[in-house]
Amino acid sequence: MIATSGQAPARDKPGAVLQHNTERDQGTIENAIEVRDLNFFYGKVQALHRISLDITRREVMALIGPSGCGKSTFLRTLNRMNDTIPGSRAEGSVIIDGEDIYASGTDVVSLRRKVGMVFQKSNPFPKSIFDNVAYGVRINRMAANKADLADRVEKALTDAALWDEVKDRLKTSAFGLSGGQQQRLCIARALAVEPEVILMDEPASALDPIATQKIEELIVGLKEYYTIVIVTHNMQQAARVSDRTSFFLLGKLIETNPTRKMFTNPDETVTEDYITGRFG
Amino acid sequence: MWETKQMEEHRLIGRRLDNLRQLIVRMGGEVRDAVDRSMQAVIERDSSVAAEVLAHDDEIDRLELEIDRDVIEIFALLQPAARDLRFVIAVAKITPVLERMADHAGNIANAAIELNNEPQLTEYVDLPRMGARVSEMIDQAIEAFTKEDSGLARRVIAFDKEVDSIYQKIVRELMNYMRTEPTTSTRILQLLFVAKHIERIGDYVKDMCELTVYMAEAEFIKHQADAA
Repeated sequence: MIATSGQAPARDKPGAVLQHNTERDQGTIENAIEVRDLNFFYGKVQALHRISLDITRREVMALIGPSGCGKSTFLRTLNRMNDTIPGSRAEGSVIIDGEDIYASGTDVVSLRRKVGMVFQKSNPFPKSIFDNVAYGVRINRMAANKADLADRVEKALTDAALWDEVKDRLKTSAFGLSGGQQQRLCIARALAVEPEVILMDEPASALDPIATQKIEELIVGLKEYYTIVIVTHNMQQAARVSDRTSFFLLGKLIETNPTRKMFTNPDETVTEDYITGRFG
Repeated sequence: MWETKQMEEHRLIGRRLDNLRQLIVRMGGEVRDAVDRSMQAVIERDSSVAAEVLAHDDEIDRLELEIDRDVIEIFALLQPAARDLRFVIAVAKITPVLERMADHAGNIANAAIELNNEPQLTEYVDLPRMGARVSEMIDQAIEAFTKEDSGLARRVIAFDKEVDSIYQKIVRELMNYMRTEPTTSTRILQLLFVAKHIERIGDYVKDMCELTVYMAEAEFIKHQADAA
């Protein structure tokens, strides 16, 4: 269960959800994702150059860098979201749960359930709040019955710090929610299918400061159970929410360090140039 | 890529940091002058110089407040990071150190006025030497700070031992004098105060240099024996 202020605790539910979390509770500190020598191409254009990076289980990893540096491309390689782009191609390996997600025979639908994603612009379905969250649970046939489905929806909404605000209007359209609520709904939708990793691509860039703060508090709360990789242009946001930060430039990974080091004394001069705004 | 003056001028925070740098250098210069002139008042027995030092202390206090306000605004509005952050932190911590150095200069000026009302006890030899050494240390500390030269800062820190040793010598000599000439004890006490104030100023220069090392190298050398 995610500890979020002002939220009622989710009901502990026997069954798959609890089982899933318990398994992870017993896990040792290890890497959630291991990227090795990853190259990525859009046609003939190489967007990523030999990226190697370990992302530790239950950490918040922030990816920063100027526009076009490859950070979003990298994020999207972690659940093969780039596969939909014609002519794109990846080389190297991305190991999640001991398996290379780029190996032939990988079940991409299952991968995307395991590695969920939240986008810059909230994208709720034209359905009710309940059905938005229940969507992934239904198509993955994860709920034993209607009551189980309702429990899973409630837990996901609670974990996304949205339950208290929507519990009385679950059957109303998701479009009636504010921008910040819609984004948290999308996070709830991602959580409902019990991912291990959540990828966030500028999740708060379209939100006002209060909604942004809620998302940031949510991210910090979620890392108790999930590994989170977040792309952000907001350097202070990276500083506030992440445990480690990776700096990308021209498709290369320049530096990865604990965030507190990155923002006080980065190893690389070019990283310092970027985070101090001296970048020419 | 980023050391160019043009780049600094383009950065919003760069202009603010340049202004802050100018302010702290100006305050450092004022403090150095205050220390020099307070010692001049003692050595040349010139109470009018001492009075000038005391009158000028308000300007140093004003600079301290201006820097404090600037530092707060830079944190609140511009969120400095990395070397910018270390620079602003160093300025924030050096400013009160400079202000305390100026207070010691003021105390020396007050002692000078007391001493100058009485006949001179003895020819001052080590006291001017100690004052000159500390003034030189202040100059070099300011230079190390403005050039972000941690090597120079570390060398200045090492000079503090020399100042301490001159201080010990002065104390021994003055105590002997007091034993042989008990009637001079009030003046001896004032001279001891002067020596102690100069010695403390040397300690503050050391603090300033430790902050310069932090700014340049992101390393805390405070409380580390022989770290310099």
